[in-house]
Amino acid sequence: MEPIITRHIGTPELWRLDTYRACGGYETLAKALQEHQPDELVAMVRDAGLRGRGGAGFPTGVKWGFLPKDGRPRYLICNGDESEPGTFKDRLLLENDPHQILEGLILSCYAVGAHLAFIYLRGEFFLGARRVQEAIDEAYEAGYLGRNILGSGMNLEVLLHRGAGAYICGEETGLIESLEGKRAYPRIKPPFPANIGAFGMPTVVNNVETLANVRHIVAHGAEWYNRIGPERNRGTRMWCVSGRVRKPGVYEVPLGIPLRELIFDHAGGLEEGRTLKAVIPGGSSSPILTAEEAMEVDSDFDALQRAGTMGGSGGLMVLDDRVCVVQSAYIISEFYHDESCGQCTPCRQGTGWMTKLLHRIEHGDGRPGDVDLLLSMGANIFGRTICPLGDAAVWPVESAINKFRSEFDHHISEKRCLPDTESIL
Amino acid sequence: MAVQLSEAAQTRITQLIKRYPTPRAVMLPALHLATQEFPYLDDEVCQAVADLLQVPMVDVKGVATFYTMFPTEPQGACEVHICFNLSCSLKGARRLLRRAEQQLGIEVGQTTPDGRFTLRGVECMAACDKAPMLYVNDELHGNVSEEKLDELLQQKSSGE
Ligand SMILES: Cc1cc2nc3c(=O)[nH]c(=O)nc-3n(C[C@H](O)[C@H](O)[C@H](O)COP(=O)(O)O)c2cc1C
Ligand code: SF4
Ligand code: FES
Repeated sequence: MEPIITRHIGTPELWRLDTYRACGGYETLAKALQEHQPDELVAMVRDAGLRGRGGAGFPTGVKWGFLPKDGRPRYLICNGDESEPGTFKDRLLLENDPHQILEGLILSCYAVGAHLAFIYLRGEFFLGARRVQEAIDEAYEAGYLGRNILGSGMNLEVLLHRGAGAYICGEETGLIESLEGKRAYPRIKPPFPANIGAFGMPTVVNNVETLANVRHIVAHGAEWYNRIGPERNRGTRMWCVSGRVRKPGVYEVPLGIPLRELIFDHAGGLEEGRTLKAVIPGGSSSPILTAEEAMEVDSDFDALQRAGTMGGSGGLMVLDDRVCVVQSAYIISEFYHDESCGQCTPCRQGTGWMTKLLHRIEHGDGRPGDVDLLLSMGANIFGRTICPLGDAAVWPVESAINKFRSEFDHHISEKRCLPDTESIL
Repeated sequence: MAVQLSEAAQTRITQLIKRYPTPRAVMLPALHLATQEFPYLDDEVCQAVADLLQVPMVDVKGVATFYTMFPTEPQGACEVHICFNLSCSLKGARRLLRRAEQQLGIEVGQTTPDGRFTLRGVECMAACDKAPMLYVNDELHGNVSEEKLDELLQQKSSGE
């Protein structure tokens, strides 16, 4: 199938307005503003069944429908913080095709009635920030932003807002706090951002790729979108494949294709002589799959969930037979500990203890009982925190133990990795 | 005289305050501007930002210390940030990090005595397809072999 979102990636200077327009850009916006009422766009996105591409896979049209109709100003935030380890698709769009994101964002703002939108970019996206800012400036100049857009009477201001290096800003309420000029401490939900979000107002937060999808749904209709992917899992996904594969990269494919195809066909399979050991399918927080599980499962949200893991952020990391699962779990655990914002004791302390224990086991100082201790620590963090980062820290470690228990036990009894392992530390 | 941001930065901040729902929301943009103009954000710089945003200095400082991109102590002219998260580690990032330590004669987190380099191990930079990858200031380098790292450090230490 032809890619949809990444179709024009590779076109020279796609980030310039002229090029984007030559690829049909902003035609959808012009048409929609003339032919559709905002409610019709919300219905279209809902009927298309679009699910958020930021991590949770929540239906976008349903989320938009939660906005109270009470006359308060509404804000829309494009989440471009992309920092879940293993994920690098939003960067590709932001750097190469910023106008596509803008067109999707403007359409979404029209649909939900927002007159002020923010694009929250992770601070280290230096090139992305330049490209997006240039695109915003061009869009104002051309009348796609500002007052009375294309003569439709719609007004919209867009501000590019750069983060400054903190993973937790990707979590929507942490992001909102950060946008308000504070430390990015996630908020207790409810209230949800749809009711009390940025600056106390109803707020929609959507991922970059989600907004890009909106543009195509509005262009071709819900019926067209429903022809791609299995039921409840419509559309394509930009999978980010990295780790021990021959051709790491972003591959846009219809939701639901076998994970095996993604790894072995699109990403070129493994290096000569290596075999698949494990796959982390949806960013580092998603529970790990054994090779057997990964060879059988399909790539849609629901299939991955049934297999006990999740599509998450679309960051698929491939581990081959030379990789130590304990080392991998240690690296992931260290990340969540470093990035814990520190508000909740179970997350702040628990992630530190888990990391220390994993370090000890990996370094050959593990004691009998340590693996069970890890599991019980996980159980004490899980579900007891303000935001899902606590859970995100537990899933990878818990799943690694459950599926590769003998490898952990080997570290404790033999004080070293399995034979033939190449250390990644 | 108290420390102040440049005219241009002050004008920019004033413009942004008009466009954001609250002055405080201009905090991150203002701190980014301040980071460009000062070697690091000390109390005086935080006070200057606080005056512009009309918020208490401790609030500015609290934010500045939360985010890793706002330096609160002097940094080397070249900040070498090597990603050491999983996908990069799977491609040898941690070996690269140790090599950089060796070549620069410092440990991760330190700055060379001549003030040229600061070395850091950083979390996933959303460029795992280019693993192992690193940033030198705002310049991204992907698929960095040990030889490429040596070359890069050599180049940077002889002044570009
Ligand atoms: C710890 C944590 C980190 C997150 N990081 C990101 C991120 O970097 N980018 C993103 O789009 N969503 C991220 N999310 C999900 C957001 O909270 C939010 O659900 C999403 O932006 C909504 O957009 P969507 O419905 O279009 O997916 C993160 C969530 C958590 C709990
Ligand atoms: S779970 Fe962790 S990251 Fe989330 S709010 Fe609590 S301490 Fe912060
Ligand atoms: S793990 Fe290094 S860029 Fe993602």
